Amino acid sequence: MTRHRLIVLAIVLAGATILPLMVSEYRTFQFTLVLVYAIALLGLNMLTGYNGQISLGHGAFYAIGAYCAAILMDKYGVPYWATIPVAGAVCLVAGFLFGLPALRLEGLYLALATFALGVSLPQLLKYHHLEQWTGGVQGITITKPDAPAFLADLGVALNQDQWVYYFTLAVTLVMFVLGWNLLRGRMGRAMVAIRENHIATEAMGVNNAMVKSLTFGISALYTGIAGALGAIAVQFVAPDSFNIFLSITFLIGIVIGGLASIPGAIYGALFIQFVPNIADDISKAAPWAIFGLFLIAFVYALPAGVNGAVQMALARLTRKRQNP
Amino acid sequence: MDAFIHQVLAGLATGGIYASLALALVMIYQATHLVNFAQGELAMFATYIAWSLINAGMPYWGAFFLTVGLAFVLGVVIERVVIRPVENSSVLSVVVVFIALLVILNSVTGWIYTYTIKTFPSPFPEQPFFGNRYMSSHEIGAIGVTLVVLLLLYAFFRFTPLGLAMRAAAQNPESSRLVGIRVGWMLALGWGLAAAIGSVAGMMVAPIVFLDPNMMGGILLYAFAGALVGGIDNPWGAVFGGFLVGVLENVLGAFVIGNELKLAVALVLIIGVLTVKPSGFFGKVHVTRV
Repeated sequence: MTRHRLIVLAIVLAGATILPLMVSEYRTFQFTLVLVYAIALLGLNMLTGYNGQISLGHGAFYAIGAYCAAILMDKYGVPYWATIPVAGAVCLVAGFLFGLPALRLEGLYLALATFALGVSLPQLLKYHHLEQWTGGVQGITITKPDAPAFLADLGVALNQDQWVYYFTLAVTLVMFVLGWNLLRGRMGRAMVAIRENHIATEAMGVNNAMVKSLTFGISALYTGIAGALGAIAVQFVAPDSFNIFLSITFLIGIVIGGLASIPGAIYGALFIQFVPNIADDISKAAPWAIFGLFLIAFVYALPAGVNGAVQMALARLTRKRQNP
Repeated sequence: MDAFIHQVLAGLATGGIYASLALALVMIYQATHLVNFAQGELAMFATYIAWSLINAGMPYWGAFFLTVGLAFVLGVVIERVVIRPVENSSVLSVVVVFIALLVILNSVTGWIYTYTIKTFPSPFPEQPFFGNRYMSSHEIGAIGVTLVVLLLLYAFFRFTPLGLAMRAAAQNPESSRLVGIRVGWMLALGWGLAAAIGSVAGMMVAPIVFLDPNMMGGILLYAFAGALVGGIDNPWGAVFGGFLVGVLENVLGAFVIGNELKLAVALVLIIGVLTVKPSGFFGKVHVTRV
């Protein structure tokens, strides 16, 4: 990493840290969701952007993570922070298992299978034999966690929204550092190699089946953790909030943010959180029309997403400085 | 036993609708090797057009045929304007464009017509045909319409020069181009036909599920399942698969797993067929050389 990028990173981090102290509680909540989406998008980007497996059903893993957190907190009284690793582990297994049949499916067919998963999920969550855990159509309401007592003893007074934000920020940082390490290491190179040419990769001695299933698992783990954090922030889970449009939102996020890029997840998260808010003023249906138009425009004009545009602009700026 | 027969027949009726939509999917797949995720929303949008026409005082069949025509034009325009530029790019871009179409059609419909549920008239009489106890006349009518569409399509592809040209363009684009077929336009025509077939399916299903911008989500899934069961590159297979899925869905829903898990039937069928026998019952088995 160059010194340049380290400075940018430090500024962004400092900004993210003081942000909740500057804005209203509602805005803090919105930025918490941005962080949540960023984790989910990073997960989906590993699978779709880096590994080339298209998923139109990642909302399912988000839902599993959210329900894990909600059920553990509501039925078993598990503290909120302890639900995060459990949700991650459950989704890792679920994703890995779904990744096994996905091995036989390429491109379009995988998109089809995951689309089916995304469409049928709300119905599965409403299934009445699961109702004692999932709460059926009503869903589950959970309480927002308070800031821990030791912070108050230290003289730091945080309200619930601010605390949830900082907690989410901490998890986000951990997940992004882990993801960054994973993607530039052996595993990440294998993932990209499979996307580019799976036969050559196999010939190089990479276990394609293992890498692809594991990528599916890890991607689901990220999305599941995001789901758990999202449930804690929103304080509510219900089947109909995890419909196919959630999965589509994630796909929109990675396409707009930039496929196969880590900062792309953050740009994408900002986009899917704030653009609907702005567009909502026009009409209830407007956000999706705008999403759709943006999607088509990006596929045609800017396939590398916002991240690609930022990189291009930066490259142009630095070039100018070098030879004035 | 009575209840069982009733469920099977009701399944055949909805199966006919799945079959039409599956047929539309197969048409586009054959021509372009793409699976159109927006097919259901296209059908939904066309059904709304029919609803406006009928509400404006048009007789049912007039509105029906006008809608089929408009859907055809819409399909051609979408292919020319939106799909053509990404035809040869990666699968991901194509899927993203289809998804974009899906959300645009869905939201534009919601924007124009609001999300409140509307009733859609059936062209068939209230009383069941011949006083039978098993099927309503709309169910019988829907099956009849599906079969008529199928026959017309068969005749079109089998006996007309244009149908032959379209088959040629789908099978071997390069050679077809060399003998003077305008392959690009054949693809656009294929899209138009698929949209028209889809609009028929939409108008047949709307009296059963009512009209609402999200009405096609589940139906599209069953159509996918039907197309895959029958073999995604075989129109007859798709129709067979559509009927089969309709019957399975109804019988399993009524007697085995309950109505709540009906969509899971489609999910299991899709994943099962894709993993165990990706070519379906009647599809061509594809072998790739490394």
